Amino acid sequence: MKIEQISIFMENKSGRMAVITDVLGSGGINIRALSLADTSDFGVLRLIVDNPTKGLEILRNNSFTVSKTGVVGVIVPDRPGGLTSILSVIDKNSINIEYMYAFSERSSANSVIIFRFDDIEAAINVLKQNSITLYSNDNAS
Amino acid sequence: MIWNNTFETMPRDEMELLQLTRLQQVVARVYATVPFYRDSLAKSGATPDKIRSLDDLKRIPFTLKQDMRASYPYDLFAEPLDQIVRIHASSGTTGKPTVVGYTQRDIDNWSEMMARSFVAAGTHKGDIVHNAYGYGLFTGGLGAHYGAEKVGASVIPMSGGNTRKQLMIMQDFGSTVLTCTPSYSLFLAEVAAEEGIDFKKLKLKVGIFGAEPWSETMRQEIEEKLNIKAIDIYGLSEIMGPGVGIECIEAQNGLHLWEDHFIPEIIEPDTGEVLPLGEKGELVITTITKEGIPLLRYRTRDITRIIPEPCICGRTHLRIERLSGRSDDMLIIRGVNVFPSQIESVLFGIKGVEPHYQLIIDREGTLDTLEIQVEVNEQTFSDEIKNLQALSNHICHAIKEMLGVTCRVRLVEPKTIVRSEGKAKRVIDNRKA
Repeated sequence: MKIEQISIFMENKSGRMAVITDVLGSGGINIRALSLADTSDFGVLRLIVDNPTKGLEILRNNSFTVSKTGVVGVIVPDRPGGLTSILSVIDKNSINIEYMYAFSERSSANSVIIFRFDDIEAAINVLKQNSITLYSNDNAS
Repeated sequence: MIWNNTFETMPRDEMELLQLTRLQQVVARVYATVPFYRDSLAKSGATPDKIRSLDDLKRIPFTLKQDMRASYPYDLFAEPLDQIVRIHASSGTTGKPTVVGYTQRDIDNWSEMMARSFVAAGTHKGDIVHNAYGYGLFTGGLGAHYGAEKVGASVIPMSGGNTRKQLMIMQDFGSTVLTCTPSYSLFLAEVAAEEGIDFKKLKLKVGIFGAEPWSETMRQEIEEKLNIKAIDIYGLSEIMGPGVGIECIEAQNGLHLWEDHFIPEIIEPDTGEVLPLGEKGELVITTITKEGIPLLRYRTRDITRIIPEPCICGRTHLRIERLSGRSDDMLIIRGVNVFPSQIESVLFGIKGVEPHYQLIIDREGTLDTLEIQVEVNEQTFSDEIKNLQALSNHICHAIKEMLGVTCRVRLVEPKTIVRSEGKAKRVIDNRKA
């Protein structure tokens, strides 16, 4: 139940973000979620889009350095402590989280948390065994 | 004051006669002992018997830095290794350094020329020479050290770095003469100001600065901030090391080149044609007394001119003007010679790194900075920041290890570094000389 995330290398210069959203928008790609990790010089923009294969191609054609990364989307119940229940499962099973970010699902009141794990297969197994609902690319499209 | 009156004030006609005799001797020597010179002299018809006047020097082919690289490490030595008492090296244009060897007589001559230089710069027995040139393969530290000892001064072998300690010693030991790169002297001044040290209260009176280009404006700044006379010294390891030429404190205008040991020529760098006296071009030096590794018509790549007018100090040796640039792409960053090709070969050695890079050299405060911009491609890209930072660090360490220069790596987006058909604009030097 991996979902595909597009990661883009971005220099810390004004207007770069607008260029990316513009080329994706013109190509009919819809951005479902995004997160930006940055340093003083550069950033890495991570996107969940409705059509990752096409999104990747468009960005490559526009000379961006991109990569496709497998991540896991977890649907988190919309109540206090909802995220904790999931994190404690991950922690108990000694799975390491590289990074995570959240967005709201359009059809429900639930949030979706995107996780990048060091061992994605092990993480998916653990989450499934604990009956945690995963988010799929189909949800994104 | 003059260290060696006989040689330093020798009349021009006697000097030229001495130069011719020594030139004939050195040509005969390398023809007999160095296969590289035997070939090149034979091919160009400049065999020892053809050298009858100083004008015949023109017939001898140039020696290039590449020739030294091709002779790595010892093939240009004119003496067997058991006659070599010291080996130094400077950075080459790519991975391997340029190696030079000295016989005992070479070391003695070098000390003599450094002694002349110290005295020309106003140093005497009784002075305390604070030597902050690096000791090691680089010729600066030991070259200055031996010369100062020969003068009879007390030498403090500080070497580079450790600025606060340098200042402490300068105060406590009563250093009177400072030897280092000009930019380092300004850095010392900066740190001294932070520490509340007043140079006016120190005993320092003279600084002898070299190993990197500097300007008249920078001289004024140094003289003001350190409350000293700032003297320009010239040298390069291929020819000897520091002390090939020096400004006299009397004129502070042009560097006397020790002509009883070196014959200077100025050439047009593109055609190799010798230019008339006084015109600006590339300095070419022939060593006429060296034994370990004599070089004939070595192309220094330094741009200068010969000042034909006699100097007020009484020395008869010709002066060269303060260096105004290079005829190749060598950069001098904090006194370290760096060729863009060296950085390129380090980058190529790192898996996945693109051949597209740019070097930005700047001066922050008093110190040079080097930024290397490297394009990120899909091979080096990672969606995790820590991996990208590890890539930058890896490049920095590799550059530091190979070239001895500290840099900052900036990862940039692909195709942001300008490509051009011919020679790429690899270097942007923002330093104001």
